[in-house]
Amino acid sequence: MAEINTILATDCGSTTTKAILIEKVDGEYRLSVRGEAPTTVEAPFDDVTVGVLNAVFEVEELSGRKIIDENNLIMRPAKDEKSGVDIYLSTSSAGGGLQMTVAGVVKAMSAESAQRAALGAGAIIIDVIAVDDGRKDYEKVKRIRELRPDMILTSGGTDGGTVKHLAEIAEMLLAADPKPRLGMGMKLPVIFAGNKNAREAFSEIIKDKVDLRIVDNLRPSLEAENLGPARAAIHELFLQHVMQQAPGYGKLSSWTDAGIMSTPNAVGKIIETIAEQFSMNVLAVDIGGATTDVFSVFEGTFTRTVSANLGLSYSICNVLTEAGIGNIQRWIPFDTDETDLRNKLRNKMIRPTTIPHTLGDLRVEQAVAREALRLAFEHHKSLARSLKGIQQVRTIGDLMDQGETGLTLVKMMDLDMIIGSGGVLSHAPRAAETAYMMMDAYQPEGVTMLAKDSIFMMPQLGVLSVVHPEAAAQVFQRDCLIKFGHVIAPAGTARPGETCCTVTIDGKNMQFKYGTLSVLPLGLGETKEVTINPTRGFDVGAGKGKSITATVEGGTVGLIVDMRGRPLLLPADKKARISKLQEWHTALGLEVGG
Amino acid sequence: MGTAYTPGLKVSPRTLVRKYRRLPLKGQVLASQGEVVSPDMVVARTEIPGVMQTVRAAEALGVDLHDLHKALRVQIGDTVVKDQLLAETRSFFGLMRNEVKAPIPGTVELISDQTGHIGIRLTATPIEVHGYIQGKVAEVVPEEGVIVETEAAMIQGIFGVGGEKTGAIHMLVSNPDQPITEDMIDESMAGKVIVGGSNVSGAALRKANQVKVAGVVVGAIIDRDLIDFLGYDIGVAITGQEDIDTTLVITEGFGSIMMADRTFNLLKSLEGKQASINGATQIRAGVIRPEVIVPLGEDIKGDEVVDAVQALEIGAHIRAIREPYFGMLGNVTALPPEPVLIPSGSTVRVLEAELTDGRKVTIPRANVEIIAE
Repeated sequence: MAEINTILATDCGSTTTKAILIEKVDGEYRLSVRGEAPTTVEAPFDDVTVGVLNAVFEVEELSGRKIIDENNLIMRPAKDEKSGVDIYLSTSSAGGGLQMTVAGVVKAMSAESAQRAALGAGAIIIDVIAVDDGRKDYEKVKRIRELRPDMILTSGGTDGGTVKHLAEIAEMLLAADPKPRLGMGMKLPVIFAGNKNAREAFSEIIKDKVDLRIVDNLRPSLEAENLGPARAAIHELFLQHVMQQAPGYGKLSSWTDAGIMSTPNAVGKIIETIAEQFSMNVLAVDIGGATTDVFSVFEGTFTRTVSANLGLSYSICNVLTEAGIGNIQRWIPFDTDETDLRNKLRNKMIRPTTIPHTLGDLRVEQAVAREALRLAFEHHKSLARSLKGIQQVRTIGDLMDQGETGLTLVKMMDLDMIIGSGGVLSHAPRAAETAYMMMDAYQPEGVTMLAKDSIFMMPQLGVLSVVHPEAAAQVFQRDCLIKFGHVIAPAGTARPGETCCTVTIDGKNMQFKYGTLSVLPLGLGETKEVTINPTRGFDVGAGKGKSITATVEGGTVGLIVDMRGRPLLLPADKKARISKLQEWHTALGLEVGG
Repeated sequence: MGTAYTPGLKVSPRTLVRKYRRLPLKGQVLASQGEVVSPDMVVARTEIPGVMQTVRAAEALGVDLHDLHKALRVQIGDTVVKDQLLAETRSFFGLMRNEVKAPIPGTVELISDQTGHIGIRLTATPIEVHGYIQGKVAEVVPEEGVIVETEAAMIQGIFGVGGEKTGAIHMLVSNPDQPITEDMIDESMAGKVIVGGSNVSGAALRKANQVKVAGVVVGAIIDRDLIDFLGYDIGVAITGQEDIDTTLVITEGFGSIMMADRTFNLLKSLEGKQASINGATQIRAGVIRPEVIVPLGEDIKGDEVVDAVQALEIGAHIRAIREPYFGMLGNVTALPPEPVLIPSGSTVRVLEAELTDGRKVTIPRANVEIIAE
């Protein structure tokens, strides 16, 4: 490959198309400029490339580099220092993303593995069908028929195991005769990733009705998951079917130097890459107007989940429905009337592009964000878990204390970094607001770095990491990530005012009381060695009452000392709760509003 | 900095309305190019294949999968009636009989030696698409549907529930700040599209539904009243499929908000005319707003239909769509090019405006909509 000095990458979101230009300067890849324009997949344009060109025009204006030629094509490779780019890449989540139904034999086993495969490939799951999901056959058939997904992933049976149940799933699909969401008259793509001995039986029943692809079993044995082949098939079908049906994507595909990747798939790639490069456990979130995506890598295991109806504009009322009004009100640092609050959220739903004008309005949206983040994280924890159904050899003595299978992989005490992105986190006016929302929603334990994606360029860096990992990693570290600083948060509870931790920095001992929140000055790039000595009921990673020594790093907020306890308990009394919230806002240097 | 998006809902006394009347699956288009269609005329038809119901035959008969064929009394392709014998076994010299009968009428489509199931597919269900508006077929999309075109007055609402309905417009109030209350509704309003001002109460909406009012058009509704009316909460704004007799279109938002004068006066001028109304709303991916369409009829000759391009410029008439000025009207007095710090702490693109009460204010551009002149 010729030397790559200039990279253009776009992400076509459901509302905005974002373009970034990366250039190699003094031997390092750096973000040069960014442009954006409204996405144009819908009438009157019906062509995604219009929005792409508009976003690239903005990049041209800001960079002074000529990128689009007289035929409205992206000039490649770069001709000189002021024209063209060496490679062009793109991701997309426009037009509703990739919508999938997954099916398996056992809900907690093969169907769950199928969910992980589909989510990991960037899909939104619209239903999970399992032989044992408790619904009657006709109910499942009705659902499959009504939903009109972009594709269906079927799984089930270990290799050499059940054939009959897979034939039943095929019969169910045959009965439903499902049609794809896009492309009237086309056959629905169905991926079979189940027991290899059932391929023939499955195919025999369904092959005339659907566009069938057969890949390796995603659960070849109870102890193993093999999600790679199913994910690759999903990605291929996404490009062949979904993208080709979306307006203008055929043209866009012909422009790019690698296949268009679904946006969440790309974000997952960059998270996996950095977790591996820095040997970290990472949690990342992208909270949008309609959906919230959560990504994690714990001990090398990557998991992605998407909560399709948790978001801050289109889906804001679904957060209200799922969380309940009380759970939203509990984070607002002033008194609110329930009816007013409900109407306010509804008005945001129907006018999703409006923004908070007053500080009080901002605090309300940030309260909803805490609940959306919390609910999406609960969902994530339920799916990021060890395989269920593994046989364990137990003795009588083990029966009482041996760990269950299917336990969550998410262990907050082992988490090294939380990365936030999406409007409410990336564009919060003050860095402390973003850090504060993430602390409340995730309740990190021990010592954890809090950071955000500066301008939401993780999708573009994700697709770049596939073709040029070095460039992707360099830009990620230098331009994408903005660190807020480490947070020290002991797990445990005590009575208000009791000392729960002593932190020693530069030989100076500082005692912290339960229920308090503090920020110590420590700037971007500055590090300190600290000894954290929790009292008897508190744990910072080494066990209750045991001290640890760690190197902490500051950031745009500083070193945060969160002594509010884990789990974080808010006062039940409204007046006391509001007073406490106001105290914490002040500690973080934030005005209350209201 | 991206292009500021300023949403504006259409409130037009005369515009060209094009409606794509599309089948969910390929089928037969019945209307032809240039044909005049009415709201209830069938313009396209198809059949949704029936659902297949499986009968666990081998299991019910207690036979081995591979022996099922010996017990069969039907073949693939056979048409069966309900309770028709599908398979049977006899034992003890024919004294003991096990039978499997058809649970539904249909066609035998599957006899599986993998599962021992027999699949019967129900007869296809016909689906018809109607004209919805009075107009002419401007385009036929073979096997999919037609585009019906008409010159009409059109009002887009901000949110709605309920599907397509038609009815004559009937004004219930004389001013846009008056709410609709229960006592204003009676049985004479069945099949009509009634118009109110600032709000419709939950009791009034229930009464309207009870007497089968076709549609209610009003400024706003309190969130809780809508939930009570529907019997469930709306989490995501995708509506139109609700099982209700009265379609609701709100023009301003949630709470109690006076209907914009322009909208109210237009509806008033259309009193007695036949309207097509649809509450279907989808705010995500492919925005659909609820609508009231009143075809003007071929006998009405007027100026050429031109939709004014709405531009955010000095002098433009705007309405604030978010607090602290929610619902207030004004005129744009300045459009500073540089982003400005607002009370929330964000730095965003703004406009300066003079409100109708004389106040001079700064508002984020994202928080206004342009009102067409």
